[in-house]
Amino acid sequence: MEQTVQTEELRPPVTHIGVIGWARHNLFNGVFNSILTIVTLFFLWKVVPPIFRWAFIDSAWTTTGQACRKAAGACWSVIFMNYRFILFGFYPYEQQWRPFLAMMILFSLLFYSRDRTHWKKPLAYAWIIGLFTMGLLMKGGILGLPSVESTQWGGLPLTLLLAVFGLTAAYPLGVILALGRRSKMSGVRVLSIVYIELIRGVPLISLLFMSAIIFPLFLPEGVTFNKILRAQAAIILFTAAYIAEVVRGGLQAMSRGQYEAAESIGLNYYLTMRLVILPQALKIVIPPTVSILISAFKDTSLVVIIALFELLKTTQSVLSNPEWMGFSREAYVFVAILYFLGCFSMSNYSRKLERELSRRD
Amino acid sequence: MRGFKDSAAPEKVPFWLDPKKRAILFQCITFCMVGLLAYYLISNTLINLKKQNIATGFSFLHKESSFEIGESLIPYSAANTYARALLVGTLNTIKVAFIGVVITIILGTFIGVARLSTNWLLSKLAAIYIEVMQDIPILLQLFFWYAIFYETLPSPQQALNPGAGIYMSNRGVAFTIPEGHPAHKYMLLAFLVGCVIVYVMRRWARKRQEKTGQFFPTFRVGIAIIFSLPFVTWLAFGTPMKMDAPKFIGFNFQGGLMVSPEFIALLMGLVLYTAAFVAEVVRAGIQSVSKGQREAAMAIGLRPTLVLNLVILPQALRVIVPPLTSQMLNLTKNSSLAVAIGYPDFVSVANTTINQTGQSIEGVALIMAVYLFFSLSTSAFMNWYNKRVALVER
Repeated sequence: MEQTVQTEELRPPVTHIGVIGWARHNLFNGVFNSILTIVTLFFLWKVVPPIFRWAFIDSAWTTTGQACRKAAGACWSVIFMNYRFILFGFYPYEQQWRPFLAMMILFSLLFYSRDRTHWKKPLAYAWIIGLFTMGLLMKGGILGLPSVESTQWGGLPLTLLLAVFGLTAAYPLGVILALGRRSKMSGVRVLSIVYIELIRGVPLISLLFMSAIIFPLFLPEGVTFNKILRAQAAIILFTAAYIAEVVRGGLQAMSRGQYEAAESIGLNYYLTMRLVILPQALKIVIPPTVSILISAFKDTSLVVIIALFELLKTTQSVLSNPEWMGFSREAYVFVAILYFLGCFSMSNYSRKLERELSRRD
Repeated sequence: MRGFKDSAAPEKVPFWLDPKKRAILFQCITFCMVGLLAYYLISNTLINLKKQNIATGFSFLHKESSFEIGESLIPYSAANTYARALLVGTLNTIKVAFIGVVITIILGTFIGVARLSTNWLLSKLAAIYIEVMQDIPILLQLFFWYAIFYETLPSPQQALNPGAGIYMSNRGVAFTIPEGHPAHKYMLLAFLVGCVIVYVMRRWARKRQEKTGQFFPTFRVGIAIIFSLPFVTWLAFGTPMKMDAPKFIGFNFQGGLMVSPEFIALLMGLVLYTAAFVAEVVRAGIQSVSKGQREAAMAIGLRPTLVLNLVILPQALRVIVPPLTSQMLNLTKNSSLAVAIGYPDFVSVANTTINQTGQSIEGVALIMAVYLFFSLSTSAFMNWYNKRVALVER
């Protein structure tokens, strides 16, 4: 008769599984690594608790500036007592729900666009309508909304506005420049190359200076644009050159077969680009385009140098108030967290998209 | 059959359907439009300049600048010309960019290697560093470091003294340096001579190895030569040991090497920010060399250092150097943000010049020209390098 022997299932030794096994494998696999781990742990032990203490235990949250000076830790009151000004700048206090609503529209549009199955025509219309509504909300002047001059715009809405409108307007320009650079017509190609390399060779700040002080000279007398529009123009011109380089990468990745196939069915240049090349090329370059959006978002902070009241400038003007002088660390940490949240979610999304796109191929 | 001959000949194409002629026409239109736009802008500008009585041309460069500059590598006073002021600014830009590039490459390489470490803790810390630093605008970081400097450090009277001969205050950091001595000039000369000798020796060693197969330890001998020559010079001058220590006189430190808070804040901001990008570049470069390369190199019996020098690095560097150069260029361009925290770099000096003379067009043109010069010379170097290391395939 056959007998089945019930063997006892041996568990792996305790040093190879669980927390101990994991630590042995990842932290203490060798003398050098063990030393490294201990040094790192020591460093963390020295650094993290004091920072934690400063930020959370000894800190003041909703006090006046005077009371803050007595606290040993961070003074987050500088944020809590001034957050409306930091976020919205000189926008009239009672009307600040408008920029808030505009930002909410932007965030919900962005959130809805995350899913690639939503990328259809209606979404494009939604974006156009959304951007238009946002502009209208900010400016006012109709539907019983009091008009708010753009000189009063400031804070986070201005930062977002400069970045989003900047990229939206720069994108078509960048695509045209990229096509120009790949063109067979040498004149057009040279013009595009000169433009792209010129812009990429200079820092954004020189363009912003140009927009602030030279741009008024370019226009005939009596015609003036306000400072925000001029800075926006500089950001658009700057971003377009970078987009052009990204799109060029996508165009170069297209195989010649695509061009030849389009030609063989008798499409002209315009139709070849619109129907065959650009839809594929632009799809390839979505992840690097998101990185450009991230840089554009970060770069808008530079308009502080030409004295526009964006997020960083409103923060600085709170800090120049004698009551809150000396709490720069807390204020800048707050602004840094805002920027980090924005950029991190975008870069995370771009990585996710990259994985999805590469998996499909 | 002959009857068909005429109809088979190509039809005469009207010029608007001929691609070549159409291209010429299209380009003419483009140039005309660009030209018209330029003409429109320039004529407007000229009219405006005339109305506002703003001078044109670069003659202001030879006028007296009448403003002081906080720090300078060359002698400068308010009595000097604008041209010299701008030169001071350029040198300051080059100074911060050069020091920044060197430190960034070292720090970035460390972080990039740490990111790839098998040590989980270290790798995650490096990842957090990279992500956080990349996601905070550089200008904000500059403001932050500058604020830390002038808000948390004490006044010069109560300067911190973290190590022998170093004093930290909100006026800057003062270091003790060796006192000026003629020996230093010759030590520098000896160092340069050492570099030349090593370069010649390397070429000789490579030629000899190709001819005879004999190996020469270039690296070790080279290090020895480069360091021993200045040392011998120092001994020959009777080992000058006198130090120049900073002393607190009046309201600030005198003597020693004083580094301004603006410079340190700028340097820290630029280095910490760019190092995050460099780390990513280095990581990508190392990962681009496949494992098989190392295994193959070890299989033919190369020693670990040779595996690194002859197999891994040449391949990794081919991937690393182009994006690394563009990061270095970014650092240089970002150094223009110095104007926001008051370090007298080129943009800052040019900005003052614009405010004093009112000649904004020339000023901005100068800023653009200087940065264009940096970036064009860098891309020229890149083209040369790419040609040199281009993959030679069968």
